[in-house]
Amino acid sequence: MSQDSIIIVKDLVKKFGNFIANDHLTFDVYQGEIFGFLGANGAGKTTAIRILCGLSTPTSGKVSVAGYDAYKQTEKIKQNIGYMSQRFSLYEDLTAFENIQFYGGIYGLSSKEIKSRSAKLFDRLGFEEFQKKQIKDIPLGWRQKLAFSVAIFHKPKIVFLDEPTGGVDPITRRQFWDLIYQAANDGITIFVTTHYMDEAEYCNRASIMVDGRIADIDTPLNMIKKYNANSMDDVFYILARKMVD
Amino acid sequence: MQAIVAVNISKHFGETQALKDISFEVNSNELFGFIGPDGAGKTTLFRIIASLLLSESGSVSVMGLNPASEYKVLRTKLGYMPGRFSLYPDLTVEENLKFYATIFGTTISENYELIKDIYSHIEPFKKRPAGKLSGGMKQKLALSCALIHKPELLILDEPTTGVDAVSRKEFWQMLKRLQGQGITVLVSTPYMDEAALCDRVALIQKGSILSIDTPQNIIDAYGKPLFGLRAGNMYNLLLKLKEYENCSSAHLFGQYIHSSFKGKFSREELFSYLNSNRINDAEIIEVTPGIEDCFMQLMEHNEPVSI
Repeated sequence: MSQDSIIIVKDLVKKFGNFIANDHLTFDVYQGEIFGFLGANGAGKTTAIRILCGLSTPTSGKVSVAGYDAYKQTEKIKQNIGYMSQRFSLYEDLTAFENIQFYGGIYGLSSKEIKSRSAKLFDRLGFEEFQKKQIKDIPLGWRQKLAFSVAIFHKPKIVFLDEPTGGVDPITRRQFWDLIYQAANDGITIFVTTHYMDEAEYCNRASIMVDGRIADIDTPLNMIKKYNANSMDDVFYILARKMVD
Repeated sequence: MQAIVAVNISKHFGETQALKDISFEVNSNELFGFIGPDGAGKTTLFRIIASLLLSESGSVSVMGLNPASEYKVLRTKLGYMPGRFSLYPDLTVEENLKFYATIFGTTISENYELIKDIYSHIEPFKKRPAGKLSGGMKQKLALSCALIHKPELLILDEPTTGVDAVSRKEFWQMLKRLQGQGITVLVSTPYMDEAALCDRVALIQKGSILSIDTPQNIIDAYGKPLFGLRAGNMYNLLLKLKEYENCSSAHLFGQYIHSSFKGKFSREELFSYLNSNRINDAEIIEVTPGIEDCFMQLMEHNEPVSI
């Protein structure tokens, strides 16, 4: 893993009226790392992710994603990232292949390219049996794996995963992390949020947001040592509690 | 006395079988959890118990009543909090609570003691429309509404899904206190770590119950030594463990990979195998299985899972 920063955030502030959702966030995400973006509900994670994805602009501060400016080059940012959330990812009444065609088309891939890449994808996932099935008839765990593959289909520099494993069974959850590791091995930077604290420990580094600020950012192991904790679950609890009390 | 007795419940939706011969009992004043992923059948089961859906076959008795024929009496005795927020978004916090109290022929003040612990967190916002509350506050309001008629049985369908780790802990403390006031609590969750907080749990997957017992008994039934391994390159270690012929399971678990082995485990053999695959920095410790380890073991036992 190189130490080149692919995301640079400096003094990011985002206000909604008088409410400060992001209060001077400063952090870097390195090229090729798995970065965990943790925080309690309402801590300001979604606001920050929307800015990093080019869907919202900062009130002040410097934000650069994949080399593009978050004020002026939001379209460029969108072309260079992938995004997947638990809530929405694929069109339910399209088949698996049609979804890929659709997303591939949006990102400007040729139909020849889409065919060859999707053949590889279905083969790698062991997904052939579902290729012609509508998404709504595919089990949730498979859907999530497919959604992830679609999110990185255009070979983005970074992929944002917003609670990608919510509600899936424990084995599928781990298969999903296998895919994340593979993508990271292929050089894609992973930016992931989760409420499963064991997953926080799979990240190279993680940040913990509390009340609009970053309470800490480090490798999971360093954080566990620093707070004299047994797990990231304990670390999360200590940090979130400390700020509330 | 049993609060719930269910025998051989089945339910289909079209071709999908949501519940397959489900049988279980919940004791009075027990905190009983259904633990399983999305699509396991938890919501369908809870709706049948709450008299909102009919089962196809089998029998259900809830506090001695039949949910199919005696639902009118039953509904006065149970509180149900569905997984999706289903209060009136354009009524205020107070109006929602008043509405539920009135429907059940009671008042907020009559049962205030029961909900005080929970409602006091949102009372400062009582004039705010329910739709404008944060996720955590909505959850507290929904729980208050489910409790306002002082039910004997509280049914909570995934109350902590999507809720952060700290708020989840607080929510479970609330449930424990409600149990302390004599209420039977039936709760479902996809978070395996929450099983430890229940008196007994049923592990459910694809419409079938994998196991019902106390969390400790489920853990004791794991039945073989479990090891935690780690190395500098965790992903490589995981791949090599899965290829190891004596390995019977290998799953990522936070900082470690939890792994169990066939036959008599030999540390020397494992390390020489890892060394021959150029993994020289592996560490190994023996670990106590958790509910999630047990759940995966039961899943793999029930059907071979491709890894």
